[in-house]
Amino acid sequence: MIFRSEINESFGPTPEQMQGNIQHWMDWMGGIAAQGKMASGNRLSFEGKILKPNNVIADGPYAEVKEIIGGYIVVKAINIDEAMTLAEGCPILSHGGNVEVRSIVAVNS
Amino acid sequence: MNEKELIAQLFKTEYRKIISVLCKLFGIVHIEIAEDITNDTFLLASETWGLKGIPENPTAWLYTVAKNKTKDYFKQHKTFSEKIVFDIKQNQNLSEEVEVDLSHKNITDSQLQMIFTICNPIIPAEAQIGLALRILCGFGIDEIAEAFLTNKETINKRLFRAKEKLRTENIKIELPTENDVNSRLETVLTTLYLLFNEGYHSSTQKTHLRKELCLEAMRLNYFLIENKTTNKPIVNALMALMCFHASRFEARTNQIGEPILYDQQDKNLWNEELIAKGNFYLIQSASGNELSKYHLEANIAYWHSSKLENPKKWDNILQAYNQLLLIEYSPITALNRTYALAQVKGKQTAIIEAEKLNIADNHYYFSLLGYLYTDIDDAKAIWYFEMAQQKAKTDNDKSLLNKKLDDLKKKNNS
Repeated sequence: MIFRSEINESFGPTPEQMQGNIQHWMDWMGGIAAQGKMASGNRLSFEGKILKPNNVIADGPYAEVKEIIGGYIVVKAINIDEAMTLAEGCPILSHGGNVEVRSIVAVNS
Repeated sequence: MNEKELIAQLFKTEYRKIISVLCKLFGIVHIEIAEDITNDTFLLASETWGLKGIPENPTAWLYTVAKNKTKDYFKQHKTFSEKIVFDIKQNQNLSEEVEVDLSHKNITDSQLQMIFTICNPIIPAEAQIGLALRILCGFGIDEIAEAFLTNKETINKRLFRAKEKLRTENIKIELPTENDVNSRLETVLTTLYLLFNEGYHSSTQKTHLRKELCLEAMRLNYFLIENKTTNKPIVNALMALMCFHASRFEARTNQIGEPILYDQQDKNLWNEELIAKGNFYLIQSASGNELSKYHLEANIAYWHSSKLENPKKWDNILQAYNQLLLIEYSPITALNRTYALAQVKGKQTAIIEAEKLNIADNHYYFSLLGYLYTDIDDAKAIWYFEMAQQKAKTDNDKSLLNKKLDDLKKKNNS
């Protein structure tokens, strides 16, 4: 699952909001982990750089896109439909973002 | 204290020291000779002290006898001694005679090395616990059999196979290298954690034995804290966890050994000293970057050991369970997390998540759903409690569920 949201220039939550937000994420991921269906995941920092052809380097991961990827998790699901069910209730949905659900291609297929 | 009590006590404290030093000297290949000499030493003590009285310094007496018995053994077994003396001289450049070094430093070093030798991932966890109980805690085979709810023969076989494995793999009695310490320590901590749980959750009715298992796990853990090499945050986290759990020992069973649930425990029976120790080790564990499952479990146990009602309690417990599940899934953690969720977000929310869990082979799962449906849909609650009762294995669990069913049915009939 890849979490995307629109860039919000005025995004500046209070520490309490940040804390509450982290709890929402933890509760949601905890729910998936409680079903034994969590494989791994990472939250991505806002800092980053982009390397383009001819050694052109741009600052920020969101130079020319509307949406940025905030993080991803890998879940264990039999098919896309099951993974879509797991995605329900993801906190990003209440912040105008979306969850992109993709299946991982096995190495030798 | 009469000589029998004294010997029993010394057996608990000195057996592991003597056997560790001898094993270290002979090599793991000859662990059985080390066991024999140590056992003979204690046998002689019980024979002699009964007749002639307790010596002035009993510990020194034991050490002298162990030393002499080792010398005798070398004299009587030429080939063995040539081989061993040769090996020892090669390793340590010793002079003519092999001396058993029972100095404080060598005792401590040998014991620490023995812990790492026994808690070696090449032997199965059950056998590690058995060997630890036998060698490091001086437990009898019958006591170990009782703790594992099996017979002496099974335990003897298990220990024999484990020793054989250590022998054939020629495991060196030594400390892991600086690079390996953390990963090897993890195996050691797992064994101590299992040993503690064996005592804490064991279904044997012998409360005294169960307590002994927990205390031994704590003693060994404390030994790791006392040593600079192994005094890591994660070791302190496990110690904190054990202290918090152990603090409820007196409160969690009644006089005939039946369990008393957390909610119904007399909090005055909780051991304040152990709770304070738990707090101390929890603070000690809070350094470095690692947040281990022991840290999280200790954190949960901390909140459960607090007598004051704190509005943040269940929030914190739920977050710790979330993190715990992200590190390592287990059905019991999933059930506990759902219980915590019910405390924070209400039973309705928890029911939705509980029904997704799919742990249908576990009676605690049905028991949890029974609890969640109580007062929301009592008919369903009764159905779930009845399912739980069918799946429950021990009499204690069955009778607890019986009581819940009775209460619910009474409530709904009145």
